[in-house]
Amino acid sequence: MTDFSDLLLLLVVLTDFWVLGTTRLSSTIRAAAIQGALLAALPIALHPGFSIHLIGLGLGTLLVKAIVLPGFLQRAIREASVRREVEPVIGFTASVCLGAVAVALSFAVAQRLPLPEAQTALLVPVALATVIVGLIVLTTRSKALTQVVGYLILENGIYVFGLSQAERVPFLVDVGVLLDVFVGVFIMGIVVFHINREFDSLSSARLTELKD
Amino acid sequence: MRLASLVFLPLLAAAAAYAHRSPRFRSAWLLVAAFAHVALLASLWIVPAGPAFSGWLAVDALGLVILTVVSMLFAVVAVYAVGYLGAESPRGGRAFVSCLLAFLATTSLVALSHHMALLWVGMEATTLALAPLVYHRHDRRSLEAVWKYLVLSSVGIALALLGTFFLAAAQVQGRPLLVEDLMSGAKTLQPGLLRAAFVFLLVGFGTKMGLAPLHAWKPDTYGEAPSLVGCLMAGALTSCAFLGLARVAQVMTAAGQAAFMQPLLLAFGLFSLLVAAAFMIGQTDLKRLLAYSSVEHMGLLVLGLGLGGTGVWGTVLHVLNNGLTKGLMFLTVGNIVLVTGTSHAPSMRGVLRQVPVSGVLLLAGLFAVTGSPPFGLFVSEFTILGAAIGQGHPWIGVSTVVLLAVIFVGMARTILEVLYGEPVGPAPGPREGSLRLSGPILLALVVLLLGVYLPLPLRDVLARASRSLGGAVP
Repeated sequence: MTDFSDLLLLLVVLTDFWVLGTTRLSSTIRAAAIQGALLAALPIALHPGFSIHLIGLGLGTLLVKAIVLPGFLQRAIREASVRREVEPVIGFTASVCLGAVAVALSFAVAQRLPLPEAQTALLVPVALATVIVGLIVLTTRSKALTQVVGYLILENGIYVFGLSQAERVPFLVDVGVLLDVFVGVFIMGIVVFHINREFDSLSSARLTELKD
Repeated sequence: MRLASLVFLPLLAAAAAYAHRSPRFRSAWLLVAAFAHVALLASLWIVPAGPAFSGWLAVDALGLVILTVVSMLFAVVAVYAVGYLGAESPRGGRAFVSCLLAFLATTSLVALSHHMALLWVGMEATTLALAPLVYHRHDRRSLEAVWKYLVLSSVGIALALLGTFFLAAAQVQGRPLLVEDLMSGAKTLQPGLLRAAFVFLLVGFGTKMGLAPLHAWKPDTYGEAPSLVGCLMAGALTSCAFLGLARVAQVMTAAGQAAFMQPLLLAFGLFSLLVAAAFMIGQTDLKRLLAYSSVEHMGLLVLGLGLGGTGVWGTVLHVLNNGLTKGLMFLTVGNIVLVTGTSHAPSMRGVLRQVPVSGVLLLAGLFAVTGSPPFGLFVSEFTILGAAIGQGHPWIGVSTVVLLAVIFVGMARTILEVLYGEPVGPAPGPREGSLRLSGPILLALVVLLLGVYLPLPLRDVLARASRSLGGAVP
C-alpha cells in the first residue's frame, strides 16, 4: 500500500502548486476540494486493515474538507460575484517559485527529524510543505476568500502530519479537529459575506481603518 | 462529575438561553449558570475532585487558579451584562448571551483538561465563541477587528496543533498527550522533537496570549469589542492561553530542557514590555491603551516563567492579579464609555465630575494596573523583579523597571487627562446603574485585598502551582 499512499501524497503536493499558480477563485477552491478528497483516502491507504476509527476519519474528512466547505466557499463567491484574485502581494510565478523552495526546504528538514513512526518517507516532508504553502497563500493574497483557502491548506498540512500519529492520537481528537476546522472556516465564511456587503469587495486589503 | 458539569452546565444554559425568546429568561439563564459555576468552583476548593474521563479532565493547583479567575470574572461579567443589555439593547441579544455562556464552557474545558489535544480543542473553541461577540456592533470597524482576530488567532492555534502533534511524536511511552504521563515519562521524551513542539506551541499560544510581536490583533479587537467582551478576553482568555503555555513549560522543565526554554521566554517577555511601552505613549484610545497594558502583563507572565525560581511564584500570583485587575479596568471603562459615548480620550474630559463612582474606580484601576502599592499587581511584579536581580540577571531587572516606569507615565497621562478637566458637555448617555457598578467595585476590593493579605488556602494552592512549574516558593 505504500506506493498508493506515496502517489496520494505527490498529488497533494501538486494541488499545493495548483492553489499557488491559479488566478481564478473557483479554481482555487476546486483545488482545495480535491486536496481534501486526497486527504480522506490517505488514512486508509496508510494503515492497511480496516478499523472503524480510520473509516470514520476518512468519511468525516471527505464530508468536511472535500464537500461541505468547498461548496460553502463556492456559494460565497457566486453571491459576491468575484472571479479572480487580482492583486496578489507577490506575483503568481514568484509564489510558485516560493512553493518550490518550500518543498525543497521541507525535505531537508524532514531528513533531520527523528520521527519513529512515519509510515512513508514522504509523509512528513509533504506535511511541512503544505503547511508552508498555506502560510504563503494566507500572507500574500489580498482576497479574504483566498485567505480562507490558505487557512484550509495550512490545516490540511497539519492533518497530514497528524496522520503520522494517527494510531496514538485517539478518535475523539480527530473529530474535534475536524469540527473545529469546519466551524472555523464556516465563521470565516460568514465574515467574508459581511466584508463583501460592507465594502463591496472581498478584499481584506481594504480593511485598514484600525491602526495606531 | 463536578468537573464534567463545570463544562456541560454552561453549554446547556447556552442552548437554553438561545431557545428562549424573552430577554428576561436569557438573563436568568446567564446568572444561574454563572453562579452555579462559582458554587461548583467553591466546592472544588473545599473538597478536591478526582480525575474524570480516564484522566482527560482533572483539576490541579495551576488549573484551579485559572478556573478561579475565569469563574469569578464571568460571574461579575454576567451581572454586568444584565445591566448592559438593559442600557444598550444589542441587535443579536440571543446570540450574545449564548456566546458568553459557550465561552464559559470552553474556558472551563481548557482549565480542566489534562490532555494536550483536548486543551487544544478547548482553546480553538474559545476563539470561535468570542468571534460573534467582537462583531457585536455590526459596523465596518468591528468587521475589520473580527477578521484580524479570526485570521491571526486561527493561524496561531493551527501552529499550536502542529506543536501538539510534535509533542505526541516525541513521546515514546505512556498514554499519549496526557499531562501526567508526559511528566512521568519526561526523561524519555525525544529531545529534538520536544524542542520543536515547544517552539510551535510557544508561537501558537503566544498568539492567543498576545505576546509581542504576535499581538497585532489585540489592540483592534479590544478597541472594537464591547467592554465586557474585552474584559473576558483580557482576563480569562489570555489566562487560559497562558495555561496552555504553562503546561508545555511544565513538561519541558521535567524533561530537563529548561535551558532551552528560558531564553526564549525571556526574549518574548522583554520584547512585549518594550512594544507595550512604545505604543502606550501618546495612545489616545482608552480601550487600545488597555490592550497594550494586556500585552505588557502577558510579557511579565512569561518573563517570570523564564526566570524560574521565585519568578515562577511571581508569575502564578500575577495570573490571578492580572485577570481580576483587567476585569476592573475594562468594566469601568465600559461604564464610562456608555455615558460619554466614546473611548477616544481627547473627547472625554472631567469624567470624575460626570460619573463620580466610575471616575474613582478608574483612578484606583490606574494604580492597580500599573502595579502600584498597595494593589495585588505590585506584589507580583515586585516578586518577578526580585527574582530577576536575585538570580543574576540585573540587566533584565533594570530594563524591566525602566519600561514599567515608561508604561506608568504613558497610562497615567492619558487617564488623568480624562478624569480631570472641564466636561465637554452634559453626559449624553444613561446614568451609572448599580448592576453595572457592583462588579468593578467588588473586583477593586479583591485586588486591594490580594495586595495586602494572601489567605492561607490560596497561598497553599499558589505554592503548589508554582512548584508544579519547577518554581520556588518564598
